[in-house]
Amino acid sequence: MELIAFYIFAAIVTVSALSVIIARNPVHSVLWLILTFFTAAGLLVLIGAEFLAMLLVVVYVGAVAVLFLFVVMMLDVDFVEMKQGSLRYWPFAGLVGIAFIAEIALASFARETDGTIDFEAAPGAATNAEAIGQVMYTQYFLLFQLAGLILLVAMIGAIVLTLRERAGIKRQNIAQQTARRRKDATEAVPVEPGKGI
Amino acid sequence: MGELTINHFLTVSAILFTIGVVGIFVNRKNIIVILMSIELILLSVNLNLIAFSVYSGTIAGQIFAMLVLTVAAAEAAVGLAILVVYFRNRGDIAVESVDLMKG
Repeated sequence: MELIAFYIFAAIVTVSALSVIIARNPVHSVLWLILTFFTAAGLLVLIGAEFLAMLLVVVYVGAVAVLFLFVVMMLDVDFVEMKQGSLRYWPFAGLVGIAFIAEIALASFARETDGTIDFEAAPGAATNAEAIGQVMYTQYFLLFQLAGLILLVAMIGAIVLTLRERAGIKRQNIAQQTARRRKDATEAVPVEPGKGI
Repeated sequence: MGELTINHFLTVSAILFTIGVVGIFVNRKNIIVILMSIELILLSVNLNLIAFSVYSGTIAGQIFAMLVLTVAAAEAAVGLAILVVYFRNRGDIAVESVDLMKG
């Protein structure tokens, strides 16, 4: 049963990953990418790494894929024209791909395998998330902090890169607004009776 | 029907990795798909790390996978930001025309 589910997930992952790289429209590529990540999360659930599976869905599908979708739709680029002539690259790409697969197959078949293994997704804890939590904030505390720092730097970098000051745009100046007093804004004019201003 | 072994997962992740590498070569003109291919490669690395972590009964691999996930998210954010700025300046994101630095 587990094996059947694995083969289904593996087939979907392979097909959708292939579709990512051969899709004509980048929007379709992003959608295939989302399917790939979802199915990979399914694969992870299969071996009991639930926490990472959920993280994959939240981070990749929820953030990265949506970011890709935003950028693809925001940029006004003729992607069909870009796709032309890509047939030219297939022989070389196929050669590189075959070389990669051959190397990996060579390495994995050279290794003696001991058949069955007992998978243990949560060593020394009740659940997978608990097992991660036990070491994440103790043993790997500095790495965890570092990951947060990386995200902070990336966020600041992305904001600094895309922020631009455009001339001639009216902005709200809150300091100016709150510093405004009545004498700056109003004027008392003595009006003579029977006359206008 | 045999059992689910580590080799199953290693095979899937090897296939994913190769698809990612081939994707970089095939979509040489489209930098967005190149970035997506890099995400595929990182996903295969994550699968490998987690499979080995579960296989060997140590949790460290899953922590590493989480760090890879963090770096992948940061990389996507900064890469796409660079892309947006480049498009704003040039009105085009063709990879061939990115030769301002004459590298």
